[in-house]
Amino acid sequence: MNQQTALRTITYRGAVREALCDALRRDERVFLMGEDVGHYGGCYAVSKGMLTEFGPERIRDTPLCESGYVGAGIGAALGGMRPIVEVMTVNFSLLALDQIVNNAATLLHMSGGQFNVPLVIRMATGAGKQLAAQHAHSFEGWYAHIPGIRVLSPATLEDARGMLWTALEDPDPVLIFENNTLYNMEGTLAEDAGPVNIDHAAVRRPGRDITLITYSASLFKSLDAAEILARDGIEVEVIDLRTLRPLDDATYIASIAKTHRVLIVDEGWRSGSLSAEISARITEQAFYELDLPVERLCTAEVPIPYAGHMEEAALPQVDTIVAIIRRMMDNG
Amino acid sequence: MGDFCMPSLGADMETGKLVEWVVVPGQRVRRGDIVALVETQKGLFEIEIFADGIMGEPLVQAGQTVPVGTVLAHFQSDQESSRTDEDLIIPPPPVEQQPSVPEASSEVLPPTPQVKPVLGRIACSPSARRLAMELGVDLANVQGTGPNGAIRREDIEQAAQHQKIEQEDDAPGRGLPPETTADETPGSAMRRAIAAAVSRSNQDIPHYYLETDIDMSRPLQWLEEENRKRSMRERILPVVLLLKAVAKALHDVPDLNGFWQEDRLQPKTDIHIGFAVALRDGGLIAPAIHHVGTRNLDDLMQAMADLIERTRAGRLRSSEMTDSTITVTNLGDRGVKTVFGVIYPPQVALVGLGRISERPWAENGMLGARRCLTATLAADHRATDGHKGALFLDAFNRHLQHPEAL
Repeated sequence: MNQQTALRTITYRGAVREALCDALRRDERVFLMGEDVGHYGGCYAVSKGMLTEFGPERIRDTPLCESGYVGAGIGAALGGMRPIVEVMTVNFSLLALDQIVNNAATLLHMSGGQFNVPLVIRMATGAGKQLAAQHAHSFEGWYAHIPGIRVLSPATLEDARGMLWTALEDPDPVLIFENNTLYNMEGTLAEDAGPVNIDHAAVRRPGRDITLITYSASLFKSLDAAEILARDGIEVEVIDLRTLRPLDDATYIASIAKTHRVLIVDEGWRSGSLSAEISARITEQAFYELDLPVERLCTAEVPIPYAGHMEEAALPQVDTIVAIIRRMMDNG
Repeated sequence: MGDFCMPSLGADMETGKLVEWVVVPGQRVRRGDIVALVETQKGLFEIEIFADGIMGEPLVQAGQTVPVGTVLAHFQSDQESSRTDEDLIIPPPPVEQQPSVPEASSEVLPPTPQVKPVLGRIACSPSARRLAMELGVDLANVQGTGPNGAIRREDIEQAAQHQKIEQEDDAPGRGLPPETTADETPGSAMRRAIAAAVSRSNQDIPHYYLETDIDMSRPLQWLEEENRKRSMRERILPVVLLLKAVAKALHDVPDLNGFWQEDRLQPKTDIHIGFAVALRDGGLIAPAIHHVGTRNLDDLMQAMADLIERTRAGRLRSSEMTDSTITVTNLGDRGVKTVFGVIYPPQVALVGLGRISERPWAENGMLGARRCLTATLAADHRATDGHKGALFLDAFNRHLQHPEAL
């Protein structure tokens, strides 16, 4: 990006909408399908107004049947289309788990390489909006377990704007997880912002003392914590994973080789989580760089509470990140 | 520019007194030349230089006592860039070495050096462990400040800094254990050093013991015939035959010849046998007879006689104190039948030889009187198993039964 590029103010929601509209205009095989995406304008108002612009053929409301319309998306992809399927929340995607895991992820393999499934599934994830335990979980770590799909987690406006088109160009299924607390986030984005890579993690803040690995909404809590710690002279290197499968090991391993300390902040539950996988990889690949045990800050292992103060207490927060890093630095 | 340091002349050595510089600054020396005399609790030693080169300015003056590892003088090696051969470098104190440098402080130090045995593993972060190896810091001397006292990178960096300052500090005696007090005899200092070494051995090394009886008729008969051709002075003692057979057996079972260091067995190709010599005023030293495997019996006899003489006169060389890859204890002269030895760390085995005496011996259904020897092996179970030990004793016997090939 050159420095002359004009900037404009936009929300995360706006960036996602811009990405959708851009994709629909670029390629006539692209269409959007999901619950309430048309007349209602999307549960999070992402696709508001798009039905008018693109018409009911390309902005399709579906029945409340995740298994059915995700399966239809797979069929359309096999048939040569480039469908974008929106699932309202990751909790509901469990109803389509069979289609995603048993069909979308396996068909290339089971057809001996004959059939790609160029499908993109978007879903909202995450807690923090008092939507209670059936609408607020973070299962992206589960999906990152499955071979045959790529899992993306755009946190920044650039990624919300840029990951979709790159995902559509991927010949295989890609899942994009949008944290619902980010939709209202406002910031500046280049006028000509466009597609971005979906292969690499990004160092969002450089630092020499400790590596903080995170993704999605926890990125901003981590950056806030890093800002507070910087006042005490503690320099935190914040890494945004961006792509949860396949993981970009090289970026965080290189950081640990510099800092020798690492904290993983993951909104998923700790047991059997993405943070567990990353911790294992660090032990495998950077054991002799570690000066402290790998530490993790995850969501409390409870169904996400409805009550605001309890929901807040269950999630990783800025002050807990700050406290853990202070303790780690005191210890070494 | 390299450094010539106070060598560790054994696992039990903590400090050494520089008695005399044999060379002057700027003097050209060759590897193996004697450059200094150092006194330890075990006596006076001639210290050899580890490479060809030119001696630099001395940093430690005659009369000063300094910890193992202290730089004694700068040294310009001819092969500064190609010192890959580990033999060229006087080995630093072994990693398992006990705390050799008490914290420098004004506190009154305890009357005896504090020897804190390392039981089990030192808690240390993997990164700090690697850094310690790179900087040559002994973990046993580092106080950890991490979780539960674990050692972390910063502790190693500080320890390395501390080491450097101490080495640069010329103040004599600073931070050292007290000198031998007036009412203490040199013998009691040696006793203490031996006590530290054997305690460590028994705490750290899981010994196993094997014993076998060997019919010595054939080798002794052969030796007596050989000795008839020789003058009185040139006669070969039976122990020389035994030493050579040990070397041959080690050639067959090399895992018993080497060191246990860095948590693994490090077998050595050269066979240097530490030969335990009792001193007249008490105490014990086991200096190395070098390259036993490649010497003939006459050569070995000479080497052994020379070594015993110099040991008792207190004129051993530093390499003789550090090179032994195995120890042989021969208590046969004292009438002992079986020796169960204590391994000298970081070695992994000790061969014990008892008295050769006439005993009843059954063979082919016949009972007869034969001259027999009981040989034992004490070995480190971390490094080898009983099977290896058994193979060794069997090979030892086999080689003795063909004395002409020794």
